[in-house]
Amino acid sequence: MIPIAWYLIFSAALFCIGLFGALARKNAVAILMGIELMLNAVNVNLIAFWHYYAQIHSRPYVHGLAFTTMVFVVAAAEVAVGLALVISAYRRRQTPVVDELTLLKG
Amino acid sequence: MNGLQVVFLLAALVSLFSAVMVVSARRMMHAALWLVLTLMGVAVIFVTLQSSFFAVVQILVYVGAIAILIIFSVMLTRRVMEDHGDQILPGWRAAALVAVLVFAVLVGFLALWQGFTTLLVELPSDSDNLLELGKALVSPQGYVLPFELASVLLVAALIGATTIAVDRKEEQSR
Repeated sequence: MIPIAWYLIFSAALFCIGLFGALARKNAVAILMGIELMLNAVNVNLIAFWHYYAQIHSRPYVHGLAFTTMVFVVAAAEVAVGLALVISAYRRRQTPVVDELTLLKG
Repeated sequence: MNGLQVVFLLAALVSLFSAVMVVSARRMMHAALWLVLTLMGVAVIFVTLQSSFFAVVQILVYVGAIAILIIFSVMLTRRVMEDHGDQILPGWRAAALVAVLVFAVLVGFLALWQGFTTLLVELPSDSDNLLELGKALVSPQGYVLPFELASVLLVAALIGATTIAVDRKEEQSR
């Protein structure tokens, strides 16, 4: 018996905290952590809306669950490649700070 | 206010607080551990949405795999940045302004939606949905194509990650 508004406000807040982390942190790993927070907020939203639609149609409703599964898969793939990139960049430049990775700067 | 609401509020407060700590902690290791707490709070939120399958997946995939991967990367990339000095860019106020504006716009638009105050009641049965999801993921009328594409994506990400992170110097010396 929880209003859907609570879930939506919670996930909006989580998304914005993650957005702040992705925008303001220096360390590339911390930026990836912010992106993980945003993806988690999206998952909360998807599951909340899945529950809402299953409730108002009063039958099993799998599309939201299937979408959430895909978001989980993409999040796992994204973080694996992202952290590999961070480690590769660290190995060449000896720094995880994104401001110092200026090789492509004109 | 009933028990479920209390559980939701506790989980939401814990995860929001630890999310703030994730983005503001000075030591990267502490931020990674706060991230684990946030992910566990979100798993509790999934349980209150009667989606216990995704709560388990959240623990397995996020806490079990992604958080461990992040902790490993923190430990592998910390020789220079000995966690002293500012971890936040000088322009963090602009970033905070952007985040607060996005939050205000999101909540403002959501509040216009007529179903915003709908109470989420208990669904008839939880396991039924899981059964349907399992069938839909492998049925040709359902999601078998995205499902197979997801597995190809995971393999590509694994191969790509090992290719990117491999140490070239070792190859040359061999």
